[in-house]
Amino acid sequence: MSRRGRSTSGRLPLVLLLPALLGLAFLLVPLVGLLIKAPWSTLPDRLFSADVWQALRLSLVCATLATALCLLLGVPLAWLLARGGLPGRSLIRAFVTVPLVLPPVVGGVALLLVLGRRGLVGQHLDTWFGVSLPFTTAGVVVAEAFVAMPFLVISVEGALRAADPRYEEAAATLGAGRWLTFRRVTLPSIAPGVVAGTVLCWARALGEFGATITFAGNFPGRTTTMPLAVYLALETDPEVAVVLSLVLLLVSVVVLAALRERWIGGLR
Amino acid sequence: MTLYADVQVSRGSFELALDLTVEPGEVVALLGPNGAGKTTALRAIAGLLALDRGRIALDDTVWDEPPRTFRTPDRRPIGVVFQDYLLFNHLNCLENVAFGLRARGVEKQTARLEASRWLETVGLSEYARTRPRALSGGQAQRVALARALATDPELLLLDEPLAALDAGTTLHVRAELGQHLNRFEGRTLLVTHDPLDAMVLADRLVIIEHGQVVQEGRPTEVAHRPRTDYVAQLVGLNLYRGDASGTAVRLPEGGTITLAEPATGPVHVAFPPTAVSLYVEPPSGSPRNTWPAVVTGIEQHAHTVRVRLDASPSGPADLLADITPAAVADLHLTPGQPLHTTLKATEVHTYPV
Amino acid sequence: MFRRTAFAALATVAALAVAGCGGDTPAASSPSTSSSALSGTVNVFAAASLTGTFTQLGKDFEAVHPGVKVTFNFGGSSALAQQINSGAPADVFASAAPKNMDDVKDKGTPTNFVKNTLEIAVPKGNPGKITGIKDFADKNKKLAICAAQVPCGAAAAKVFAAVGITAQPDSLEQDVKAALTKVSLGEVDAALVYKTDVLSAKDKVEGIEFPESSKAVNEYPIATLTKAPNPDGAQAFVDYVLSDKGKMVLTAAGFDAP
Repeated sequence: MSRRGRSTSGRLPLVLLLPALLGLAFLLVPLVGLLIKAPWSTLPDRLFSADVWQALRLSLVCATLATALCLLLGVPLAWLLARGGLPGRSLIRAFVTVPLVLPPVVGGVALLLVLGRRGLVGQHLDTWFGVSLPFTTAGVVVAEAFVAMPFLVISVEGALRAADPRYEEAAATLGAGRWLTFRRVTLPSIAPGVVAGTVLCWARALGEFGATITFAGNFPGRTTTMPLAVYLALETDPEVAVVLSLVLLLVSVVVLAALRERWIGGLR
Repeated sequence: MTLYADVQVSRGSFELALDLTVEPGEVVALLGPNGAGKTTALRAIAGLLALDRGRIALDDTVWDEPPRTFRTPDRRPIGVVFQDYLLFNHLNCLENVAFGLRARGVEKQTARLEASRWLETVGLSEYARTRPRALSGGQAQRVALARALATDPELLLLDEPLAALDAGTTLHVRAELGQHLNRFEGRTLLVTHDPLDAMVLADRLVIIEHGQVVQEGRPTEVAHRPRTDYVAQLVGLNLYRGDASGTAVRLPEGGTITLAEPATGPVHVAFPPTAVSLYVEPPSGSPRNTWPAVVTGIEQHAHTVRVRLDASPSGPADLLADITPAAVADLHLTPGQPLHTTLKATEVHTYPV
Repeated sequence: MFRRTAFAALATVAALAVAGCGGDTPAASSPSTSSSALSGTVNVFAAASLTGTFTQLGKDFEAVHPGVKVTFNFGGSSALAQQINSGAPADVFASAAPKNMDDVKDKGTPTNFVKNTLEIAVPKGNPGKITGIKDFADKNKKLAICAAQVPCGAAAAKVFAAVGITAQPDSLEQDVKAALTKVSLGEVDAALVYKTDVLSAKDKVEGIEFPESSKAVNEYPIATLTKAPNPDGAQAFVDYVLSDKGKMVLTAAGFDAP
């Protein structure tokens, strides 16, 4: 049991290493369960059905659109929270996290109450513009964005609060107005936080189920995303559900790994 | 066009009240200890902080006059070099220098051309594509200076421009900064706690303490006629201009100072009063600077006694020496008394003018 | 006025969502001598559509048998069947469809204790002017039915086949309560749900009966489980559900006798 040749400074303390490995196992074991239960022999047939691709494509499109919507609204919101000097900021921040705490089904009902065709805003959308969000793909995007936005806002706000505001002052002394400063100085300096938030947001949107099915309903090709397909498959054929989950998992892991490589790697 | 700044800012119990003017081509140093309000004053003049009372104006153009007028920093013709430079790390050096020009609406190609000209001026052409974090402290300071000067500001503000540098590079960077400031035709306000920076770089010193101006004047004036103990401690420095040739610097009013390292041309010569020793008898041994002198004044400070001497014609006509109270008793010092002074050549600093 | 309705609806749905997580009925605290020899806890896994009735039956049962505590796990029948097969400690399983009961391996003989009939649910006042089952083929109406994978969806498919129409739903809901929510919020003009569901939301929903509903009657089987931790308690609870008192509670909620 010679310990020669091993750097003692490089050793991880056991008190950290054990829980860390336990944590990793905790996250990975259910995945292993899925892999073991997967019906490998019939997998290709089940995989190449039109329904699966339709649901997968819809999931990817909706999650991406929802993430874009979150970026468009969430980054300015994060900026307002971090730099706006608003009164009652901590209260507003608490409200931002509401979709995190709310059971997604209830979130979906809340969306119906506001944007449904009898909803506070929805009834006007319906009578004035003939627009009705429930049961449409746009409704899926709205539901996913509602649930996923806090992930983006919290990440970006954290990055903004950690960023040194004096760089913005430096930009101002060089003649840059607030908008130019935000675009050319603030945003690039918080890019890692924005990317991390976007990734979380996209992943959450991709896996969204409760708010989506409640607000947008379930109709193949229009609102049936992968999680909805998985849930319904579970009712009759758990094996199909396992296959669908694996597909969703594989696609998200590939996309996220590629993004990390491309963005976070590039920023270092 | 003159910058008039009547800066009045309240921060809790702290009151900053400062009145200063800066003429074109002039370098004014705002000198004072930490917490004196120097940086607050600079931030107010830059527009990063609004005045509570008072007025800041460049001739007739008012920048800040509460409660009516306030121009944000981007609407003031200024350039700022911050203490830790605050170069944008996501941009390379060229883009950093071009930033102000682009922000002020200069077309991209023109801005890049002008920026590369400025990088050349500060001797960093080959670093155009380098990210700031790869630069040394001295290089980063020069990029920051180029960035601030690129927009051709009416007012250049420097916040402790040498404080972030290590001692070895300070000498060189200070001399270079001095040359750039000499060439700059606008107004310069330099904030520093280092008397040497102030005396070498500035045409005029404004010394503040607890938010108030305690003394103002040309560097030699302030150094030799300090009005308060604080100023005396702060700027008690023997500073001369002379012509160097080899290890000898000839002073204009006569007298020679010997250096440890050779130099050439017009130089500043500086040494602290503690480097000067006094003797009743002519000293024997190695000191190369030995001058007969006459005591012209004695000032009592907290722990030292500052003696003013006339060492002409062989040495400086106005020389300060700091000695202990015990030594004063040993020497039986009285004004008019003849003495022998020595100065260690190794304690003498020279800077190109 | 609208706002109050809105919040009431929200509260209803929240309650429904929570109910799925398992109800904890307060234990009747009567340690006194009991005529029966029953004791311990009876774990009942029951279909979500039985939430109201079975909670009531559980309380009544506890009153008759002091010292016994009934706990419920309400949920989708297929999910419950899976839980039982995975070793969940269930004493009784009451399913909303015979198929899910068939899926459960170790059980006693199932008995059909009630049946549930489909009904058209429309929002109060029938804003979509729904007249009968044939309206489900109308593309211009907003319609919800259950997904084919869940019992109410399978039943709906049978009805449409019997009527001879192709349904044009806007949404295939994951369960009958979700379909009911869409009606009570006025998001759809009509949904095909169970009679019991219409009755449970009678403040906001109106029911329209149709003769073809007899083509798709949903039988509810109940059975004790052979691996029941409390077999005596399990049998006693099943007997109670099948008793006249049990039937009274169930029919009052809209269920039909088998």
